[in-house]
Amino acid sequence: MTKPLVAIRSVSKNFGEFQALKSVSLDVWPGEVMCLIGASGSGKTTLLRCINQLAAIDSGGIWLDGELLGVREQGGRLHRLGEREIGRQRLKTGMVFQRFNLFPHKTALENITEGPTQVQGRKSDEVRAEALELLRRVGLAAKADSYPAQLSGGQQQRVAIARALAMKPMLMLFDEPTSALDPELVGEVLAVMKELAKSGMTMMVVTHELGFAREVADRVVYMDQGAIVEQGRASDVLGAPREERTKAFLSAVI
Amino acid sequence: MKPAPALAGGFPDLSGMRVAREPHWFRWFSAALIVLVLAAIARAFANGQIEWSYVSRFLTVKVILEGIVNTMVMAALAMALGIVLGIVVAIMRLSPNPVLKTVAAGYTWLFRGTPLILQLLLWFNLALVFPTIGIPGLWSARAVDVMTPFLAALLGLGINQGAYTSEVMRAGMLSVDIGQYEAAQAIGMGRLRALRRIVLPQAMRVVIPPLGNEFIGMVKATSLASVIQYPELLHNAENIYYANSRVIELLIVAGLWYLLVVSILTPLQMLLERRFARGTLRLAR
Repeated sequence: MTKPLVAIRSVSKNFGEFQALKSVSLDVWPGEVMCLIGASGSGKTTLLRCINQLAAIDSGGIWLDGELLGVREQGGRLHRLGEREIGRQRLKTGMVFQRFNLFPHKTALENITEGPTQVQGRKSDEVRAEALELLRRVGLAAKADSYPAQLSGGQQQRVAIARALAMKPMLMLFDEPTSALDPELVGEVLAVMKELAKSGMTMMVVTHELGFAREVADRVVYMDQGAIVEQGRASDVLGAPREERTKAFLSAVI
Repeated sequence: MKPAPALAGGFPDLSGMRVAREPHWFRWFSAALIVLVLAAIARAFANGQIEWSYVSRFLTVKVILEGIVNTMVMAALAMALGIVLGIVVAIMRLSPNPVLKTVAAGYTWLFRGTPLILQLLLWFNLALVFPTIGIPGLWSARAVDVMTPFLAALLGLGINQGAYTSEVMRAGMLSVDIGQYEAAQAIGMGRLRALRRIVLPQAMRVVIPPLGNEFIGMVKATSLASVIQYPELLHNAENIYYANSRVIELLIVAGLWYLLVVSILTPLQMLLERRFARGTLRLAR
């Protein structure tokens, strides 16, 4: 029997008084493409950040590839992992940010090779060849030596996807990858993500692109006020929502 | 309603007419006034009690040249010490560890809060507190032998500079977007590696103009080391005028050298800025 790649159990996260996540439980299966939708403040981005440990959870547990994230159980207590261990766990996930967050002082190619050479300590000529192949895959082979400031938003985001893929993650996390883009640049980024989905990558995508969700997602999860309200096949959740809150959200968005 | 014509009539044709040059009377007047004032000042100095022949004679005398070399060596070394301390203290200040944070804040408070000349005198007179210094059982020496004017000036200037530089560095690191830390973490980097590889190179761009400022300040602050007998430019100029009583002439000599050094440093700073501006300009493709 296959096991979920990500198992989220009763995860809560507070920012001061604000409850960003209220006891969320969710499984993500290998090869699955999951789209998380919901209004801003619904907790979908926080959920991604908790999986990548950019935010530490307050209670519950997240298992990635069978390994408990961020803490170690010993003698009936949980102990926080050190920075080195957390860094090792992060290598299993790739993160794509809303605002790209490319390193502006490095070229497109250097952005991609930074992690494999500096963190994974791999040989630079081998990494370079792989990085050029990744750039070709996202359609930017000619932009290897361009700095981020010389690239359009769509091109930057495609480099950011290549940078995340260079670490050979098991899971790709996309945090509103097209929200900061001009409308005419959204398509090129979504095309790269579709190609990635087709190649069998497990993906969690926080998005407002319902067309993309309908076309590519195996499962759509609707979140509201820090909780999962409804989930299921894209055609069901987007086409025939059962919950009133889902209906209200969809009618407001479309 | 009739459809509007493409262009309404009644506006004169301005094509071919040029905009007349403005006379700028006030600019001419103020420039003339400034030239007059400068001429008056120059005349006053030319007729004053200054023997300009002494200035030109002592400008390149060996003791003065040695002084300027010592000034530059001390400024460079003390600034290097200050930058190293500044980076370390800024990183401590931004660390989540409350012990490191407090130590860093205390250091800045102490060395920024007391006059530099007082700190120099304290270092130089350390022997009054600790007659012998060293590592118990391994090595020891008399403090008066160790704490030479050179070492006292280096420690005094460098450690004081570190307190100021740490704030400049901290500002530079804070200017880097939080998303850069997160992107670095997301590819598995630890805090220190992210600082070294991602944050500090970007902070440098912001930090160089204020650091250039600080370095120019340092070149001149070395003159305070004259009070602890370090043979820098001002100290050597003073030694000459103690002997020949040409006080103003030698002070002018020293002043000209300080001006020259600072004038050379400014274009050097421009070169450094360009080096660290990589990727921030839309370069021609």
